[in-house]
Amino acid sequence: MTPASVASQPRVGHGFRLQWEPVQSAHVLLYPEGMVKLNGSAGEIMKRCDGQRSVGEIVADLEQAFSVQGLQGDVLAFVEMAAKQRWLVWD
Amino acid sequence: MSTASNRPGPPLWLLAELTYRCPLHCVFCYNPVDYAAQPDELSTADWMRVLREGRELGAVQCGLSGGEPLLRDDLEEIVAEAHRLGYYTNLLTSGVGLTAERAGALKAAGLDHVQLSFQDSTREMNDFLSHTKTFELKNRVAKIIKDQGWPMVMNVVIHRLNIDHIDRIIGMAAELGAEYIELANTQYYSWAFVNRAQLLPTHEQLQRAEAVTDAWRQKLGDRMRIFFVAPDYHEGKAKKCVNGWGSMFLTVAPDGTALPCHTAKMLPGLAFPNVRDMPLREVWFESEGFNRYRGTGWMKEPCVSCEHKEEDLGGCRCQAFLIAQDAEAADPVCRKSPHHGQVLAAVAKAEAEARTRVTEHPLVFRDPKESRRLAEAASAAQATAKAVRSWPASA
Repeated sequence: MTPASVASQPRVGHGFRLQWEPVQSAHVLLYPEGMVKLNGSAGEIMKRCDGQRSVGEIVADLEQAFSVQGLQGDVLAFVEMAAKQRWLVWD
Repeated sequence: MSTASNRPGPPLWLLAELTYRCPLHCVFCYNPVDYAAQPDELSTADWMRVLREGRELGAVQCGLSGGEPLLRDDLEEIVAEAHRLGYYTNLLTSGVGLTAERAGALKAAGLDHVQLSFQDSTREMNDFLSHTKTFELKNRVAKIIKDQGWPMVMNVVIHRLNIDHIDRIIGMAAELGAEYIELANTQYYSWAFVNRAQLLPTHEQLQRAEAVTDAWRQKLGDRMRIFFVAPDYHEGKAKKCVNGWGSMFLTVAPDGTALPCHTAKMLPGLAFPNVRDMPLREVWFESEGFNRYRGTGWMKEPCVSCEHKEEDLGGCRCQAFLIAQDAEAADPVCRKSPHHGQVLAAVAKAEAEARTRVTEHPLVFRDPKESRRLAEAASAAQATAKAVRSWPASA
């Protein structure tokens, strides 16, 4: 897998499933016999990782949705961390 | 248990023990020793309702286990409903009965993951690893699992009779392409407790096994993750059993008994509800069985004044009952327990037996005949205990 860049098109890794849990008011990532409860920003990033959109597009979408600027560094850092955990993959 | 501050969170893990029936005869099985006296099983419709009620409570992981869950011919239906409801579905199986056709149907039903246990399918315990039949079965099943694209987790219960083969076990798992392998030291409940003297490993065996495991970790890196579940008898430290009583695990036994852990039914004087009679929400939040050992309020010394009480929550209630005959005692594996001497004595006895290769009792294999014998022995012992207790009152 290439290092994370604005051109990467991340998707949820094999064997993981992302879903919204109303009881926990959070996005969770499920995997064999385990669960990661995501915080608000991690959930917002991951739910946009559909293998189609690039990191650059995800950043632009988040900046627009939350009316903020300068998210690229944070998003890239999260995507890299998530790839290490195999939560996200890209070609 | 009704105020907001100590209201328990959701039962994130729902373990559906679909049946106690099993083609294997494992000497370390955690099913109750009297399972043969509990032949009643929930219907498909009951399980559908349990799954729905669990999901409404916030359960996200659904374990389908047993016994051997593949023996239920409605397994595909149950998986499909669990998947539809949004569970991550895990099948815990020995692989006996998992054909390519059945695997295809389970995949189509939405099964997310298979945990394949590396159990003995023969009665030849000592050489089961060199037994070609076992290897062929696991090899075939591992391929079926891979072909369906499921992540493969292998589970091996470790004990004195197989721990020296750990190098071979890890090698085999790597060869079969497992993503994870769990080397779980035997927990001494149920059948494993009956066979404890033969199954407890020696300190030396454990040290060797850990060294071998570390070497494999170095060699394989990220390719296969290896979990080594430490044996609490040897550690002198209690574990936070099921992550805390009634904190996230909810087990439903084949007959519908709802339990905070799969062995809790052995605890005397504690009524556990049946899902046929009580909705899961009430089971989880209101029932005596689930509230009894939640938190730290039930503790006595040495737990109550212990600095570690929030970390281990007093350890395991079943272990306290089995060893100290007191479900409210500190877990005897803890060094601070007044009953810790019994744990040390069990380990010492195992060391001596391992040295001399002389065991007092033969291994007891899990089968219906032995189960009925143990059930009768237990009820006879209970009757005796009752008679002894009532004697001074009636005298």
